[in-house]
Amino acid sequence: MSPAITQVQQVTLAANEASEHRPLIISLFAVFVVATLAITVWAGRQTKDAADFYAGGRQFSAFQNGLAVSGDYMSAASFLGIAGAIALFGYDGFLYSIGFLVAWLVALLLVAEPLRNSGRYTMGDVLAYRMRQRPVRTAAGTSTIVVSIFYLLAQMAGAGVLVSLLLGITSDAGKILIVALVGVLMIVYVSIGGMKGTTWVQMVKAVLLISGTILITFLVLLKFNFNISDLLGTAAENSGKGAAFLEPGLQYGASGTTKIDFISLGIALVLGTAGLPHILIRFYTVPNAKAARKSVNWAIGIIGGFYLMTIALGFGAAALISQEEIIASNKSGNTAAPLLALHLGGVDSAWGAILLATISAVAFATILAVVAGLTLASSSSFAHDIYANVIRKGKATEKEEVRAARLATIGIGAVSIILGSLARDLNVAGLVALAFAVAASANLPTILYSLFWKRFTTQGALWSIYGGLTVAVGLVLFSPVVSGDPTAMFPDVDFAWFPLKNPGIISIPFGFLMGIIGTYLSKEKPDTGKYAELEVRSLTGTGAH
Amino acid sequence: MATDAPPPSKADPHLPTTEEFVEVQESAEFGELRRSHRSFAFPLTIGFIAWYLLYVLLSNYAGDFMGTKLFGNINVALILGLAQFLTTFLIAWWYERHSTAKLDPKAEAIKSRMEGGA
Repeated sequence: MSPAITQVQQVTLAANEASEHRPLIISLFAVFVVATLAITVWAGRQTKDAADFYAGGRQFSAFQNGLAVSGDYMSAASFLGIAGAIALFGYDGFLYSIGFLVAWLVALLLVAEPLRNSGRYTMGDVLAYRMRQRPVRTAAGTSTIVVSIFYLLAQMAGAGVLVSLLLGITSDAGKILIVALVGVLMIVYVSIGGMKGTTWVQMVKAVLLISGTILITFLVLLKFNFNISDLLGTAAENSGKGAAFLEPGLQYGASGTTKIDFISLGIALVLGTAGLPHILIRFYTVPNAKAARKSVNWAIGIIGGFYLMTIALGFGAAALISQEEIIASNKSGNTAAPLLALHLGGVDSAWGAILLATISAVAFATILAVVAGLTLASSSSFAHDIYANVIRKGKATEKEEVRAARLATIGIGAVSIILGSLARDLNVAGLVALAFAVAASANLPTILYSLFWKRFTTQGALWSIYGGLTVAVGLVLFSPVVSGDPTAMFPDVDFAWFPLKNPGIISIPFGFLMGIIGTYLSKEKPDTGKYAELEVRSLTGTGAH
Repeated sequence: MATDAPPPSKADPHLPTTEEFVEVQESAEFGELRRSHRSFAFPLTIGFIAWYLLYVLLSNYAGDFMGTKLFGNINVALILGLAQFLTTFLIAWWYERHSTAKLDPKAEAIKSRMEGGA
């Protein structure tokens, strides 16, 4: 039998399997949705004031929050994206895992504790602490919403593609329906459950994701008698690329430009995490800075363990499934992990179908939880930074603020559903990397300068946020991510002049530089009294709620 | 924060005045806390970012070295990748130890004195 025939049969089998066992997959999805909705309603009953809605009452333990942080962080891009990237590009895919993990040290050493000590609900609390409130909060709210929407869009469109594929839905109406369903669920989670409900959903999701990954890792290792060298060897051979599959360069080694692109991506990954608003607001859910630090430690352990297992997931898929089958199922390899589950159980067996359904449900839970976290971050920032402090100039009551946050949730959800539906056939994978680049360019410089640089001024903050934001988004707009490339969002037009897909190497230094230039060119004197307050508070927790 | 008054319903700890904050900021005790945080966190941050960038650059420009097989199919690239995991775990553990021993007691002493003051 020629390999081509085998491969076609396998693809058909996989597709049949998915649709034959659709009821099982749908039932598992339904169980997750019902369970999380129950949690949401329960949490909603306990959400009384603004601290409950924005910060879950600040009474989560370090371990609980560590789990929730992991849940917020391990998106579909981590689970499906990295497994797929390793399955197709071997070692180069694994580089994502490393960048995503190392990045946590920036959050641990420089950001988590000071943020918990000096802010209340949003990233903007810290950025605006010693600055003129209205302009800086407007800037912080803008960049929070931009980062979150990019991230959201990638997840929503990914959800549409993934779920459609797993359930065998191919019609446009079906895909739109799924995007809408995800959008409505996230609106319900966030507007009813607030931070408390969202945190519990993240914890449930993290436990499901870790358990599913451990199961698949165990089954892969079992196939190779726990001999990792064997696993890698078989993966290299089966990929058809030989030893090169285990070495850097398959994805990014093509030319001088792709190598620079890789450095650019690496910098954005390592500096972006500590500027992601949906991650930062998690530090407010624990009672104090010490607990915030310990939750980052838990997260580093959990996320690190998870990313180590992506080796087994990705190389396992490469070893046990043909490259043709992986690509036929999804061009970017996004369905490699579910396919691996199917193959591990046996393509024609009930066990294979159960594993496929389980991993698909885990992927669905992953997407739902992450979009809920992102929606909460953007609606909190809208309500607390823009509505309460800019529009109402700090005169809104707590009730009005929470109502604004709930309404903002509906608005942001509606926007995401519309954009996600429009983008359903576009290649939006690059948007997650863009979200990291924007976070590193616009948010991180201002966070660090605010906390550690006495001289920093309002103008410095504004130039840094808007400068980093504009350059990062602008460069992507004119990059091969958007046009002029077969894999671009709009492959049929070409207005790209920036050669890199990742803007970080330019936009991140630019953001840092603008903070310095803006500060030195500003006429206002820094508020030294406020800085004393912020510095003492951020290191000691004096006056923190 | 002038525009962000805490809700009166909550029992807030005593909030020191700006003058008190400035006084503490200039005190030797706080200076020492700041020094023990910065002298630990700043060099370590530069260190791990440099180590990560070295790894990225090696992946890009030292393909032959990274492809050297050490045992079986395990090559230098994989070992260095795993080493990044290991150093991340170690730095997290080390910072936790440093904080518990050196930072937390100083921070708590200052906080309780400032909040306790009338």
